[in-house]
Amino acid sequence: MHLPISDKIELNILHKNSHQAEKNKIKFNNYNLLCLNIMSSPGAGKTRLLEITLEDLSKKFHSAVLEGDMTTNLDAARLEKLNIPVVPITTGRACHLDANMVSGGLKLLEKKINPDLLDILLVENVGNLVCPAEFEIGEHFKVALLSITEGEDKPLKYPIMFREADLILITKVDLLPHLNFDIKELKSNIASTNPKADVIEISSITKSGFDLWQDWISKKILKFKNN
Amino acid sequence: MTKCLILSMEEWAEKKNKKKIVVEKINLKIGEFTCVEPISLINTFNAAVLGSWLDSSEITIETIPFEGKCSKCNRLYFPKKENGYKSPCCNFNLEEIISGRELKIASIDFKEK
Repeated sequence: MHLPISDKIELNILHKNSHQAEKNKIKFNNYNLLCLNIMSSPGAGKTRLLEITLEDLSKKFHSAVLEGDMTTNLDAARLEKLNIPVVPITTGRACHLDANMVSGGLKLLEKKINPDLLDILLVENVGNLVCPAEFEIGEHFKVALLSITEGEDKPLKYPIMFREADLILITKVDLLPHLNFDIKELKSNIASTNPKADVIEISSITKSGFDLWQDWISKKILKFKNN
Repeated sequence: MTKCLILSMEEWAEKKNKKKIVVEKINLKIGEFTCVEPISLINTFNAAVLGSWLDSSEITIETIPFEGKCSKCNRLYFPKKENGYKSPCCNFNLEEIISGRELKIASIDFKEK
């Protein structure tokens, strides 16, 4: 045996994922395809949000979905009823999508449709407020959902998720009259964690806030396509 | 995260000729404002590398403090959850993060066989 050697590499642990995410982003850009990474805890309403959003969005823009789920294709089956291209990505024991999985999903999507024909790709991540926040997938924007039944403190408890998000959708606001929930406190906690994030209150029951959300997406698509 | 660490080690070792080296220590720098719990990373790594070429390697973790900069007075401060991550000097929201987002392999100590 020789004497020990110290190799000072200063390498990001996630560099392989980041590298693949960059490759994904280049592909999205080449296709002129805006990619949103939709994240939340399980049950915050991601799939329902997409169902309602895509009904209207599909009239204006060509859309597709990569649907991340740990063990089933149930959410993908719901979205396929909207007659848009949907690719399920079953992650198995992994609690988040990574850039490699999304790359695989994109290859499957390419078999279904020429992505040049698409305007927006919505990636529904696995329900989890921790790991998805650290794993880039090549998205242009991150959207985090937070339902009011989860509590006002969640931006403080899961700060990375809400710090990383470009837009935070406060969901299930139709339940406000029935809950002891302080939405001002929630917004204050969001602002202190991420003062730059856009925030929209939304309800999949009353459809309130969907006009703002659709407007947010439309502006992002148009700005992206004009760049 | 453990998988990413092992993949990074595999990639590093390919350049070194894996069969001719023994990794003694993997020295990490992990920021406080990340989704990584150091002890969990050590435990999962130790379990994942059992019987592999990294079996005898040890993980050391230097924790990098979570530090922000007050956007009003430019003072550095350590954001606390209890205070909503706001600056204690001016009670301003957390805008600029100076450190705490690190997820790095700082260095690898190894011997040649």
